[in-house]
Amino acid sequence: MRKVLFESLMHGPLTESAPAPDEAALAELAQRVDRAARACLGRSLSIRQVDAGSCNGCELEIHALSNAFYDLERLGLRFVASPRHADVLMVTGPVTKNMREALRRTYDATPDPKWVIALGTCAVDGGIFAGGYACVGGVSDVVPVDLHIRGCPPSPNDILKGLIALLKHVSE
Amino acid sequence: MIIPRESVTEEGWGQAIDRLAAGDLTLLGLWGDQPDVYMATFEEKTGDIAVLTYTCTNGTYPSVGARHPPAIRLERTIRDLSGLDAVGSPDSRKWLDHGVWHAPQPLSYAFLPAEGEGLHQIAVGPVHAGIIEPGHFRFTANGEHVVRLEQRLGYTHKGIESLMSGATLDRAAKLAGRTSGDSTVAYAFAFAQAAEAALQVTVPARAVYFRALMAELERLANHFGDIGAICNDASFAVMHAQCGILRERCLRAAVACFGHRLMMDVIVPGGVARDIAADGPAQLHALLAEIRRVFPRLIELYDNTASLQDRTVTTGIVRADYVRQFGAGGYVGRASSRNFDARRVLGYAPYGDLAFEVPVLSAGDVNARVWIRIREVVQSLALIDQILERMPAGEVLTSLESKGEVCEGLALVEAFRGDVLVWLRIGGDGRVARCHLRDASWFQWPLLETAVEGNIVADFPLCNKSFNCSYSGHDL
Ligand code: SF4
Repeated sequence: MRKVLFESLMHGPLTESAPAPDEAALAELAQRVDRAARACLGRSLSIRQVDAGSCNGCELEIHALSNAFYDLERLGLRFVASPRHADVLMVTGPVTKNMREALRRTYDATPDPKWVIALGTCAVDGGIFAGGYACVGGVSDVVPVDLHIRGCPPSPNDILKGLIALLKHVSE
Repeated sequence: MIIPRESVTEEGWGQAIDRLAAGDLTLLGLWGDQPDVYMATFEEKTGDIAVLTYTCTNGTYPSVGARHPPAIRLERTIRDLSGLDAVGSPDSRKWLDHGVWHAPQPLSYAFLPAEGEGLHQIAVGPVHAGIIEPGHFRFTANGEHVVRLEQRLGYTHKGIESLMSGATLDRAAKLAGRTSGDSTVAYAFAFAQAAEAALQVTVPARAVYFRALMAELERLANHFGDIGAICNDASFAVMHAQCGILRERCLRAAVACFGHRLMMDVIVPGGVARDIAADGPAQLHALLAEIRRVFPRLIELYDNTASLQDRTVTTGIVRADYVRQFGAGGYVGRASSRNFDARRVLGYAPYGDLAFEVPVLSAGDVNARVWIRIREVVQSLALIDQILERMPAGEVLTSLESKGEVCEGLALVEAFRGDVLVWLRIGGDGRVARCHLRDASWFQWPLLETAVEGNIVADFPLCNKSFNCSYSGHDL
């Protein structure tokens, strides 16, 4: 173990500098998030991820946010295990009918103030799965959405840009 | 592969069930297409794959699951999706259908009982604590020990097969590639093979090599992710961090070579959508060199950390006879003595021309499933070397013409977690008439129920991660 740790120390951090906030995301947030709510939270947000029927591609890229290259926690963002601890719900997938109730209950279990991010093309409007008997469509058809991050799946960098926009907005 | 399909009577259907129950045949798939049920089987002795069809009378067919338990969930799915009933089935509950597709009246679901003094139930999901897919696990425990685990899946059912019916081949290929995002290359590969078999098209050699190149890159990325995540579930964060770096390097090489981190939609029926970027081969050589530099030390670290081994050795053992009975593929099968890898057994192009080993172990525990992955990483590196060395020149895409008549094709492709089956019927109009996709997880999920029995609840995440079954791939 010493060898591995030592080498990690020697080659310096792999973490890359954080991207600038996404302009479109800032604009979308400006319309929705209210100021008073922002003041309570400062620059730290807890995120609860909810898979509402994704193909699991989006989850892979959300996972990647925690690797050494992106290191999400340095920005004050962290994933939590329960909606009761969360400020932000990050929802993926075309909201299958089989997950609709679970998503609604997870939303209800999240204390106010809260934000919802719909992540991935599916979460925006059902994407390629829209129109079938088994999917509802976008996340906003089930719970109110504050921010959309597009892509199939969005790259970790795209997700970071959206999250940094949210942070900036919350702390301003 | 063009597999002649045989229509059988009740007698022929019964004979196939006899052979499944006796262990002569392995079940590859069972699906419905009104008014017929389809069964795909593999015969180990001869290496033959066969597809049988039975035409239902009054929407019923003799149950396979009654005598061959691996078919039970498949039959429940056939009823939910195709409305055909298995007569004599031991489990008549709905499976993927939770009762909310057409009417908003959720189904009440009766979990199987486990009774005894001091037993209690733990309900987990569908929303889990980590960043993972949704599903429900119902544990019955005696103190810390799991007495029974019953899974309830179907939460991510998107109706993929129904969305495919009537779709163009291009759209259907995209849907196939989103059946399980972590195996998008393998699914696109299998779908393309099935379409090309149906239309009797030969794909340019260069495209075939790119397909294998992407399949091996996908395998590497997922195996790194899994090895790290399994160690993380034993609270060994260094491995998780180091493997996460290797996984990220694979994805970065993928986007540099093919323009997408997961390589979605690069494989299309007829070949591949684009040639590799000019500096792609150099990027891949650098990736291989980096992995070869770092990975041996990580293996050593895994092998020499007693506290980690204490968690993985003898935990979550899968019995070899179950693996054989269920025809469980991938590392789940190969860690429990089942010597099956579609790349080797079928030798589909280009694997027939490449040299590689298929590691097989017999311990069947979490540790063995980690070691299968470790050894497969080494094999994938060697495969990528050979692929780059022998890469043929020329075109990468050929056009597909509709034959103007109904045609069928089947493919079995080895994804990182096991074999993916695609069966496809193309209509006279060149569109998909029916497509069935069977993830390796179908035959692995039930074995997870057996693997945790007698283990402590706290070891479930470890067992689960060592399987890493797909929810979306299973739920369709
Ligand atoms: S947006 Fe793409 S990657 Fe994400 S869940 Fe949908 S299909 Fe999968």
